[in-house]
Amino acid sequence: MNRNETVLSDVVIKFAGDSGDGMQLTGQQFTNNTALLGIDLATFPDFPAEIRAPQGTLPGVSGFQIHFSSDKVYTPGDLCDVLVAMNAAALKVNLKSLKQGGKIIVNIDGFDAKNLRLANYAEGVNPLEDGSLDNYHVTKIDVTKLTREALKEFPELGMKEKDRAKNMFVLGFIYWMYNRDLENTIEFLEEKFGKKEVILQSNIKVLKAGYNYGDTTEAFATRYRVEKAKLPAGTYRSIMGNQALALGLIAASQKSKLPLFLGTYPITPASDILHELSRYKTFGIRTFQAEDEIAGITSAIGASYGGSLGVTTTSGPGMALKAEAMGLAVMLEIPLLIVNVQRGGPSTGLPTKTEQSDLLQAYYGRNGECPMPVISASTPSDCFDAVYEAVRISVQHMTPVILLSDGYIANGAEPWKFPTSEDLESIEVKFKTELGEGEDKFMPYLRDEKLVRPWVVPGTAGLEHRIGGIEKQNITGNVSYDPENHQLMVKLRQEKVDKIAQYIPEQKIDMGEEKGKVLVLGWGSTYGAIKSAVLELRSHGHSVSHAHLRYLRPFPRNLGEILKNFDHVLIPEINNGQLIKIIRDQFLVDAKGYNKIMGVPITKTELVDAIKKMF
Amino acid sequence: MEETITKAAPILTAKDFATDQEVRWCPGCGDYSILAQVQKVMPTIGVPRENIVIVSGIGCSSRFPYYMNTYGMHSIHGRATAIASGLKASRPDLSVWIVTGDGDSLSIGGNHTIHLLRRNFDVNVLLFNNQIYGLTKGQYSPTSEEQKVTKSSPLGSLDHPFNPLALAMGADATFIGRSMDRDPKHLQQLLTRSHQHKGASFLEIYQNCNIFNDGAFEVFTEKSSKADEALFLEQGKPLIFGAQQQKGIKLDGLKPVVVELGDGVSADDLWIHDEKDFYKAQILIRMFDDPRIEGHFPRPFGVFYETERACYEDMMQLQMDEAISLKGAGDLDKLLRGKEVWEIA
Ligand SMILES: Cc1ncc(C[n+]2csc(CCOP(=O)(O)OP(=O)(O)O)c2C)c(N)n1
Ligand code: SF4
Ligand SMILES: [Mg+2]
Repeated sequence: MNRNETVLSDVVIKFAGDSGDGMQLTGQQFTNNTALLGIDLATFPDFPAEIRAPQGTLPGVSGFQIHFSSDKVYTPGDLCDVLVAMNAAALKVNLKSLKQGGKIIVNIDGFDAKNLRLANYAEGVNPLEDGSLDNYHVTKIDVTKLTREALKEFPELGMKEKDRAKNMFVLGFIYWMYNRDLENTIEFLEEKFGKKEVILQSNIKVLKAGYNYGDTTEAFATRYRVEKAKLPAGTYRSIMGNQALALGLIAASQKSKLPLFLGTYPITPASDILHELSRYKTFGIRTFQAEDEIAGITSAIGASYGGSLGVTTTSGPGMALKAEAMGLAVMLEIPLLIVNVQRGGPSTGLPTKTEQSDLLQAYYGRNGECPMPVISASTPSDCFDAVYEAVRISVQHMTPVILLSDGYIANGAEPWKFPTSEDLESIEVKFKTELGEGEDKFMPYLRDEKLVRPWVVPGTAGLEHRIGGIEKQNITGNVSYDPENHQLMVKLRQEKVDKIAQYIPEQKIDMGEEKGKVLVLGWGSTYGAIKSAVLELRSHGHSVSHAHLRYLRPFPRNLGEILKNFDHVLIPEINNGQLIKIIRDQFLVDAKGYNKIMGVPITKTELVDAIKKMF
Repeated sequence: MEETITKAAPILTAKDFATDQEVRWCPGCGDYSILAQVQKVMPTIGVPRENIVIVSGIGCSSRFPYYMNTYGMHSIHGRATAIASGLKASRPDLSVWIVTGDGDSLSIGGNHTIHLLRRNFDVNVLLFNNQIYGLTKGQYSPTSEEQKVTKSSPLGSLDHPFNPLALAMGADATFIGRSMDRDPKHLQQLLTRSHQHKGASFLEIYQNCNIFNDGAFEVFTEKSSKADEALFLEQGKPLIFGAQQQKGIKLDGLKPVVVELGDGVSADDLWIHDEKDFYKAQILIRMFDDPRIEGHFPRPFGVFYETERACYEDMMQLQMDEAISLKGAGDLDKLLRGKEVWEIA
């Protein structure tokens, strides 16, 4: 059939359904398909806290948003152009994030009396029939019926099993709508169900049925196409934040020649790093699922002490438990990486939602004067670079380092122009293996010009020594309760961390002038929103610049200067104002905050408004 | 037994294991004797000094590493077991010793202790049990007896105590023993046995805190009562005790009973100790504190139980070796590239 084909530059689709409807998988498949065409994209999975909330209910809704474009994409998009709603609850939860006039594709089987009741629609109200959706383009498809029909020749499958393929129908239909081919998903299904022939064939059948449905149904007059994005030349892959973090750790282990030891305890949204790393035994990686977070970090300390790259991964509540052990690592002055994939807090808070509210904890959340470097990652693929840099600092400066990521970038995906191993700068590590010239006794706390002490691992003959958490005498490392010595050691430990500023790059302005009216200063996962908001304002002639911090402690040495070059500084954060406190404290600038604490990312639109108010 | 590189090392003595640090325990503290015995045993176990690591938590006992000229870490309260787990997992070549107190290992660190035992890392746990919190100046501990009057329990402690060896048994420890500070020879033997055991060794050492809990183990250590109150276990030998070796323990079904030898009862009728017997080990461990067992029993010292089970660090290594022999060593470029890529010109 002849169709119109419309070329679009920018589309946001949200797949929403019950947690059992397979929307995450559908979204991921569509993402891969999009990525392989060289279209730029960003994704945002939004899943319920409960693994299986009651079917059909509002808390049970699981969503996956993808923003794809032939231009550069920085965020998963504020509002969607297309909402796929597998049931009434999915529509109700997500309608507010659909653009006026947007498209809704619904599975009408998900709007029967029972589903409407579960979605808390008033008795007798059906949004598909009461005119409330008149401002949108609604496409009603009986996905359940069509899926069952497509599977008529599969008598060996029960009704439940047939219905499980519904998401493939939707995916096939969307593939048709956006002019895609089915190849990569068929390959994926073959890999996933390789040995289960019937399941494999039935899924492929339904996928094709969805595609053909679009093709043969006259109601659908237009197909869409989004062209390749104009990205820098190179080879790309799709990557999620936690995955990038795991790869970054492996790369850092290889390039530093330190075997990786991960001691950790499962917690959302950090567990995927453990899952990922536990698969890569061929890289000599040891993953240890400990009995709790304290054992997670302390086992990693043990491994670091033994000469491994000790790493522990967690989220907020786990960070709280690790605090005392971080103090030990600060005293021992050994390398250790602590990854916090932040989530909504306090306490258990919002386990599946994102937040940046652990910055002050990372800065100050330990007993005593206990300085540690803090690094942050700003996009899914940036997790790779951030963790690589965190490892470098940790092993070269003999200090525990905190890396802050968050749930938003951990689970979000984007195209990544991945490096080759040759591109990666090697991470030099030197163990001390013998007494130097003129030394007659090993001094564990004798420092070099970076104020860094030597790393000696057990097994080194002649350098046997003891270390511990009690205050130690400068140079010898012996236990010392001497008042002057304590003050000296506190200052030395602080100075050692401060000195790292000399070994990290200067802060750059990401976009805009070096001097001007307004600087938007961000850190972590707000990168995309700030970038797109500033881009938009600048295209309208506003003098606004964007700087984004990777190094939160110590700050880059020129940060103070940059701040002074602007009349106003705005600091957007997904918390109640944390970086802003530190910036005000250290630089005495009258920065303003924009704070959203709803468990979701800041949108470009709201940020544009907030920045405008600064003028 | 730890795997170590055997090389022609100089012959060391106890002195070589002492450090220049002044020992700071109270005069008369049982820790001194334990330190002396460990220093005596270390040169005999055939492990180069640089391959020995002592990890401790916090407590009087946990000051131990500072006085041992090996590698050592004095860590934080309760976590020595977890630190040692990570160290041993990543460095199976090291001989790892954990020194911990009854509060350190059974209260704040109880969780790590049981998990270390069930995972069966090849390490040695030396639990200095003085039935009190020494370092914090005398509060009751998880091994203090009920009704004990201490600074924090003026009307008597309400806590029911742990039987540390029963806890170890419950956590599937593969080596369980008990010794005491005041019997140097016995302690040396048990330290050696702990080292020789391949797997997690759990050795409870009765240690007198002469400041806050003096005499807690007096009946087992003083000449006048030791013979009647302490029973020394020997593999394959009957359970006999008493000043004239005139008393023994017999098993009446599952019930232990104290009997006098002679008068128709001979050593052949007695319970013959078998370290490999999982069921009898539990009775032996529980003999003194099980209210269902009537009568007064001597306290056993020695190896209660020993069995073999694969060690965590070895299995971890095996998984890695197998993965590598199957797929070859990891290729970073392949990994970074992933499965699906596309080109932008
Ligand atoms: C996190 C933490 N909580 C409490 C303490 C205080 N503290 C130090 S040692 C100790 C108990 C020590 O008792 P035990 O382990 O039996 O060792 P002992 O001194 O008797 O050898 C306590 C409560 C501490 N150092 N750290
Ligand atoms: S307080 Fe008790 S355990 Fe601590 S050193 Fe003194 S005697 Fe030993
Ligand atoms: Mg004690």
